[in-house]
Amino acid sequence: MTELRGWKEIPIGGMILEAGNSVEYKTGGWRAFRPVFGEAKCIHCMQCWLFCPDSSILVDPENEKMVGFDLEYCKGCGICASICPVNAKVIRKAGEELARDDPRLCIRMIEEGKFQE
Amino acid sequence: MSKFEALTGNAAVATAMRQINPDVVAAYPITPQTSTVQTFADFVADGLVDTEFVCVESEHSAMSACVGASAAGARVMTATAANGLALMWEILYIAASNRCPIVMSLVNRALSAPINIHCDHSDVMGIRDSGWLILFSENGQEAYDNLIQAVRIAEHPDVLLPVAICQDGFITSHALERVEIYDDADVRAFVGEYKPQWPLLDLEHPKTYGPLDFYDYYYEHKRQQVEAMEHAQRVILEVAEEFNRKFNRNYGLFEPYRLEDAEVAVIVANSTAGTARVVVDRLRDEGLKVGLLKPRVFRPFPAEELADALSHLKAVAVMDRSISFGAMDNAGPLFLELAAALALHGVQVPMADYVYGLGGRDILPHEIERVYRDALRVAETGRVERRVTYLSVRE
Repeated sequence: MTELRGWKEIPIGGMILEAGNSVEYKTGGWRAFRPVFGEAKCIHCMQCWLFCPDSSILVDPENEKMVGFDLEYCKGCGICASICPVNAKVIRKAGEELARDDPRLCIRMIEEGKFQE
Repeated sequence: MSKFEALTGNAAVATAMRQINPDVVAAYPITPQTSTVQTFADFVADGLVDTEFVCVESEHSAMSACVGASAAGARVMTATAANGLALMWEILYIAASNRCPIVMSLVNRALSAPINIHCDHSDVMGIRDSGWLILFSENGQEAYDNLIQAVRIAEHPDVLLPVAICQDGFITSHALERVEIYDDADVRAFVGEYKPQWPLLDLEHPKTYGPLDFYDYYYEHKRQQVEAMEHAQRVILEVAEEFNRKFNRNYGLFEPYRLEDAEVAVIVANSTAGTARVVVDRLRDEGLKVGLLKPRVFRPFPAEELADALSHLKAVAVMDRSISFGAMDNAGPLFLELAAALALHGVQVPMADYVYGLGGRDILPHEIERVYRDALRVAETGRVERRVTYLSVRE
């Protein structure tokens, strides 16, 4: 949690005086569903990186591979899972609706309370 | 050198605007304010000011443009009245909350319905909780003087709040009176150059105005507005002191008239104070100990100072040019606030309220005299027979 400041310590009128300070606002606490990444299935197409509204897809710059999620900022919106072409392929192959946490998926959305390392 | 001119209240305000030379004016015409911005538009067209005059399609847009320009770092002014002010409603709060030091000439007029273009104070009383500073003016001279001071008050770093300067629609806005117009250079020197602390147009330091502000910080920002209001009274007095010295005037939080040894007093704002002064003199000639207190600063409300100034009286009569419908005894807002101020500061004086002049109904000396005679009776008996009187309404 970001520490909350008193009225004497903050700019007046709700002004934000520095550019790019949304990095200080950790939105991970909003998350109800956690994205989990099946490394073996990923084709590193970077669609999730492109669509993530919170820049929370972590990429290894050395080999340009998707390596996971920045959980300090990920709000669990699930856009990554819905845009993932591997997920689309798995669902098509299964021929039925899959649960969001189906182990066959590349990016699964698991309820925070049920998540186990 | 200053000079005396025959000007309407609106022309005096437009002249102050010319001398202040604001960066941006955004306004929409509405009676009885129109001649202010019309005259000012002439000044713009004639090249007498450097102002960007934004002709908008409504008052909501006028105040929105003012907020945007003020956030950008401009010195901004506007003018409106009655329903125009009501249409600004949403943005008035945003101007105050975003801490935009906008200065507005507000020509008081009755709110619809039924539609009416004449004077009362129902418009300004509707914005009394909006976070704007509110000052009253008895005549064109005071509207002119207050407008010049308002720029300094609004822009003071300890305040940074918008200011509305009121005068009575038609009664003073359109009446030709003798107004002392100060030297352009003196007014410009007095208002000085506006140096905004956080202009949006400072591209080296990008910043955000008006972001989403939830339960974690909204309340803190409201607390800051309270602090600014608390500083405002001191700043108003400091600016008045400097103004009085420079232009030989006598502005304060309010103006007492023959009040010191009075036993009863009438409290009345704007133009009717001028009529009441005549009545005071007449009754004083009869040996009656009557006085007058004319409020100048309504927001922030100088409760303690008013209580001090009225503590020696035996009866107080407040005159309200608007009604707070459904409030205690259906009284006027000035009465209600003053009654609370006196009670909480331990001043126990019988008080009565006189609603008058709604929709521009004339208020004549003999009617004000009746208020004084009522108050003198209350002073004698110590008993208020009627808490609220609707003066001169036909039964």
